[in-house]
Amino acid sequence: MFSAAGDSLLSVGMKQIGGISLHHFRHLLLAILNPWVAGGILLLIAFFASYTSALSWADLTYVLPASSLGYVLVAFLARFGLHEQISLNRWMGIALITAGVGIVAGGPSLTHPHLHPPVPDAAPVPSSAASQVEP
Amino acid sequence: MKLHYAWAAIAVIVVTSTAGDVLLSRAMKQVGDVGDRWHRSGLLTVIARVLRNPNFIFGLLAMSAAFYSLLFGLSWGDVSLVAPASASLTFVANAVAARFILHERVDGRRWAAALLVAAGVGMMAL
Repeated sequence: MFSAAGDSLLSVGMKQIGGISLHHFRHLLLAILNPWVAGGILLLIAFFASYTSALSWADLTYVLPASSLGYVLVAFLARFGLHEQISLNRWMGIALITAGVGIVAGGPSLTHPHLHPPVPDAAPVPSSAASQVEP
Repeated sequence: MKLHYAWAAIAVIVVTSTAGDVLLSRAMKQVGDVGDRWHRSGLLTVIARVLRNPNFIFGLLAMSAAFYSLLFGLSWGDVSLVAPASASLTFVANAVAARFILHERVDGRRWAAALLVAAGVGMMAL
């Protein structure tokens, strides 16, 4: 359930970032201070927060393809929200991304046998040390 | 000449954003499950813990470098070249980095996913 919530949060974040950044690219170079940029930065923070929290419980190679669903959402948003025409190539690209996400989502989200590369006689890692201290 | 600059920018974007992703992923694995920690010790504690992690700070710096390289790249090349080229190459670079630096078990399924997504992103730009 948490993974589903996280994933949907992530895709909403990505969608908004994707949508905004089109304006971002055009306007940011011309005018730094415009409302799109402020909105974009807020959405960027929201996206970043969901992205990092997803990374806290899933592999990078799981989170990255999953967050690329954002591209697909942008395309659907453009097609049905903005009534843009979407070329055949684009639909095929969407199909490829969706297939990739489907493949990775069918597997385990975390494969780490250990959280850190095996370093002999390393100092106690912060995460395990702190988790023992906490109630 | 501009095209060379654009490809140079793409290379820089791929390297910096891969470094950023790897560092962030490592940082968040050290922090632990955010949802779990939020329940146990509150949101502010979690945020403080994330911000105090050096991997997170360096990851953030790498991500910012990637973002500025993207802006430079966009001033030298078309959006339709720079954005998808850097995004799709980053997927592949990340799979390689996750395998060899983060020691994630990148099996056939994940390689296939990374390549499919990279191909899909590339194709959307055509």
